[in-house]
Formats: sequence, C-alpha cells, structure tokens
Amino acid sequence: MSVYYSSTDHFVLLPVILLALFGCATLLFDFWLFPDARQRRFLVWFLLIGEAFAGVALWRQQSFLNQHGGSINAFNGSLVVDGFSLYFHWIFLATTTLVGLISYRYFEVREEHHGEYYGLIMLAQCGMFFLASGNELVTLFIGLETMAVTFYVLVGFLRADKRSNEAALKYLLLGGFSSGFLAYGFSILYGISGSTKLNEIASAVAARDPFDPLLFLAIATILVGLFFKVSAAPFHMWTPDAYEGAPTVVTAYLAVGSKAASLALLVRLLTGALSTAHAAWEPLLIGVALLSMTVGNFAAVTQTNTKRLLAYSSINHAGYILLGLVARNTIGLQGVMIYILVYAFMNLGAFLVLTSLASKGIAGEDINDLNGLMQKSPAHALWMLVFLLSLAGIPPTAGFLGKYLIFLGLLQSGHYILAIFAALYVAVAIYYYFRLVRAMFTQKQENAVAPTTSLGMKLALGVTGVLTLVIGVYPEPWLRFAQWSITR
Amino acid sequence: MEGLLFLTFATIAVLCALNLVLQTHPISSALSLIGVLGSIAVLYLLLGGEFIAAVQLIVYAGAIMVLFVFVIMLLNTGAEKQPTRKIVVTWISLPLLFTFIALAAMLIAQQVPKTEVVTFGGFSGGTTLSVGRSLFTQYLLPFEVTSILILIAILGAVVLARKEI
Repeated sequence: MSVYYSSTDHFVLLPVILLALFGCATLLFDFWLFPDARQRRFLVWFLLIGEAFAGVALWRQQSFLNQHGGSINAFNGSLVVDGFSLYFHWIFLATTTLVGLISYRYFEVREEHHGEYYGLIMLAQCGMFFLASGNELVTLFIGLETMAVTFYVLVGFLRADKRSNEAALKYLLLGGFSSGFLAYGFSILYGISGSTKLNEIASAVAARDPFDPLLFLAIATILVGLFFKVSAAPFHMWTPDAYEGAPTVVTAYLAVGSKAASLALLVRLLTGALSTAHAAWEPLLIGVALLSMTVGNFAAVTQTNTKRLLAYSSINHAGYILLGLVARNTIGLQGVMIYILVYAFMNLGAFLVLTSLASKGIAGEDINDLNGLMQKSPAHALWMLVFLLSLAGIPPTAGFLGKYLIFLGLLQSGHYILAIFAALYVAVAIYYYFRLVRAMFTQKQENAVAPTTSLGMKLALGVTGVLTLVIGVYPEPWLRFAQWSITR
Repeated sequence: MEGLLFLTFATIAVLCALNLVLQTHPISSALSLIGVLGSIAVLYLLLGGEFIAAVQLIVYAGAIMVLFVFVIMLLNTGAEKQPTRKIVVTWISLPLLFTFIALAAMLIAQQVPKTEVVTFGGFSGGTTLSVGRSLFTQYLLPFEVTSILILIAILGAVVLARKEI
C-alpha cells in the first residue's frame, strides 16, 4: 500500500476488482473447463459467485457508512462512495445477476451461447460502477465508455441475425457521436474550472452566472450526450431499433442497467456540480421530459412488435424520471431514486416474460405471440399483468409509488401544469399496455407452444414479480433506503 | 510566427476534413484523414504538447491509418454510390450545423481571454516526463480502468468476428 494506492482506495475499489477478476476468470474457464456448448450454462455460477463476493464488499462499505456517516473518498477524490452511489451499486448488482439468470436458456434456444457473454456483462457492470461512484471527469468518461463499448458488442451478439448486426452498427455510430458531445462538454467544464474534480468544478460553476454562454454551452452539450444514453426524446432515434435488434436479454440489460447508470451520472451532475446553474438546465429538462412523454406514449400506441413497444415505453419512463429532477426538492429526488429502482424490476420482469416466448425458430416478438398466454402458462400471464400494471403506474403495484412521489414533488414545487400533463399521459400508457393484456387474456391461439422456461428464469420471474408487488404494498423500508441515499 | 504557423496548419486541417467528407472514394478520404491528423499534430506541438504530438503522429497518422488503408484494400471497395439527399438533410440539418459551429466559435472568441497568447516553448507541461507523472499519480485510476476498456474492445472484436457461427 502506497500513497497512490492506500487501503481506503482498496476498500472502495474492491467490488469492481472482484467483478473484473471474475469476468476474466469466466473467459479463461470457458475454454478450459467447458468446451462443449451444452456445459456453458455452468458459467452462470461464476457470475453468481462473483456477484456474491462483490455484494459482500459492497455490504462492508455500506456498514462502514452506517457507522461513520458521510462518504468515503478514494484516489484523491476520483471516486466517492456515499449513499447515492451505493444505492445504484445495489441496483446494478441485482440487475446483472437477474440478467445472467435469464440469459443462458435464451442463448441456448437461439444457438448463440458463448461464455464471453457472462464476462462481458460483468465488465459492463464495472463501467456502471465508475459512473455511479466517479467524482472526476476522466474517470466518469472512461466508465461511460467501458459500459457503452460492452453494449455495442452485446447488441450485436446474435451474429447470424441481420437485425442484430444492423442494431449494433446503428447503436455504435450514434453512441460514438453522443459520446463526442459529452466529451466536448466535459472539456469546456475543465476549461472553466481548471480541474477535472467535480467538487472544484462545482465552485467554479457557482462563481459564474447561470446564463454565462460558455457554461451554457457546456451544460447543453453534456445534457445532449446524457439524454442520448437515457434515451430521452429527441435523442431517442436509436432506441427502438437497438431494442428490437438486440437479443431480448440484452435489451433488458440495456433498458435497465445502461439507463440507470447514465441516470446516476445525470442526477449526480445536476444535483451536485451543476446545481447552482439550475436556471439554465431546467427549461431544457422540462422540454425534453415533455417531448419524451409525448413521443414515447403516442409512438407506442401503434407498435406491433412488443420489444419496440417497450422501447417507446422506456422513452416515456425517461421523461417521468427527468420530471422528478425538474422538481428540485427532496420528494422529487426521492421519487427519482424509487422510480429507477422500481423501473429496474418491473422492466426486467416484462422483458423476462418476452424472453420466455422465444423458442426454436420463433422470435416471439410480435404482439400476437402473446395470444392465449393465459391458457398456456397462467403464471407467466399473471406476472406479466403485474409488470404491465406497474409500468402503467396503477396501485397497488410499485410503479404507482414512483409516479406518485414524482407528481407530489412537482406539485410541491409549483409545477402544476407539468403534473397535469404527466398524469394525463398515464391514460395513454394504460391503453397500449392493455393491448398486451388483451392479447394474453382474451385472444385464442390454436397451435400453442408453451413458453420456454428454466430454473434461472423461474427464479428471476419470482424475484422481480414479488419485488414489484412488495415495493408497492409495503413501501416504508424502500422509501427509507431512498431517503438515506440522497442525504449527503 | 506562431500565428502564421497556426493559421497555415489550421486551414490545412479544416480543408482536409472537408475533403474527407466530400470525397466519394474511400482511399481519398483516408489520405485526407492523414492530412487532418498530421496538421493537428503540428497544432499540438505549437501549444507545447510534445508528447501528444508525437503520439498523434505515431499512433493515429501512422498505425491506425495503415490499418484503415489495409482494410480498404482488402475489402476492395470502390467509389460509394451517392445516396439521394433528403430535403431535411440539406435544408434543416446543414443550416443547424453551421449555426452551432458559428455560435460555438463566437462564444470561444468572446469568452477566452485574448491577453494570454500561447507562445512556442512557453508551456513545458507537455513533456513525456510530466505526462507520465500525472498519468501514474493523479490519473492512475482512469489509466487502469482503460485497461478494462481495451480488454472489452478486444473481446468484442473476437466475439463478433470469430469463424464458427
């Protein structure tokens, strides 16, 4: 241990070191122990054990914070572990584990089961770690690129599928373009403050007028880069294509993990370093949020492909989460945190059910593929109903809680018109989610193929379903956790 | 002297960049890209970034461009077909793009202090020694994380380009 790598640094970095090591181990053992494609499902154990180790390391950080309070700074302030970053680390951990559990059966069915997949999703989680924990521009940017490059590869994972190739290329080109915008904004922030540390940038930003043109250029370009990553309109063009072409399990990971990590960075910047310039970014945020809800809702109505439908629904959800940031009060921020947590579970659940519809030779992505799911497998149909109710935001499911808190935050900060708009759009959302419900419960299908399942999928379905219900019915501990995460 | 050198190489860079986009044959585009990268290397050198200028020449103008030319040669691509331009592209996107560039240039011209002109040799923080020192002390963490990033890129190339389907 030296000045450059102290024991505190090690303590903070341990989860990501473990993840990277287990990710690399997966790559090695893939060839060494499991040469046969049928054995590759055992690689999920590597993922589970790696996540368990990382979980223990995170738990130690959390108990340290519980005892001492405050936050832990590491690498001269490049990384910070506080309630906020830990909250996101737990979401990433849960997401990656659940995605790993549902993946092996899907790739076996699609005959593209490769060991590298498990290594890649763990390395993507490393990138997410730096996005939530990074407190310095270079670390943040490298973290974002680590995550993004993994997703470019994962989206094109079905190499025999032309749509997958096309989606990967589109995502790569547009993603590279948006990263350029983000890097440009970061470079202006560095130019303004002379430092890459967010703490010093915060004081340099506070010293300037919020409508200072240079600062505004920085804020606008950074927001463009991040809006792309969270797929908010009008930077959403890649979303439907990438979501449709990607393997369904990767779509789930992209919709939940990538979006949550980018939101972590967005929330940290807007409530931290850029909070004093709120007069400049608030109008941008309001415009983008309204446009996201409009585009997401109205485009989803006409979709016949379920993955595209959920892609537009995820654009819509991005709009709601951004509205929580517009409120700029504790309730709104708490709503954002709860919304991201709930969104992770309900969206993973919905994609999980879609994953189970894929079987040999059938993509299972058309809305008609849901027909008669109630007769074929009542468990799948009923859990899907729970997820869809939650996505639409109907009590007593968890989705209601997130929307409720964000509306409350908007009302408390006096944004009545925005709150009314957001509430009205729920009605549109109910319409298109219930098209799926109608297909499942009222339509008939003759040559019914039972949904593909596996132990991992059943487990993941149970966990996501129960959590979606429990957070909605008994929100107290989750609200306390979200409250703890935003008190600095 | 510095001003003249800057203007010369900045103009070359912009002209080569325009040529890069306008050319239809990939080889001409690749050669223009060498012009862009090389003249930007000179601009780095004028600012005092010796190390970054050398790296720019060796890595970008050297290694990566050779790779580009090899790929173009192996794929044996001809001139690209001119796609029919949509009205949106010509009448909305291009004006918007020029507005953005003009605004950004105006901002930089207004905001950046004109009193401090960088002279050649005035800044000594760009040597290999100082770059290395800050890379392995202040920016140690991002430097190490970059290794994960590169690992992922290699892994991705292997996954997407392997033989058996």
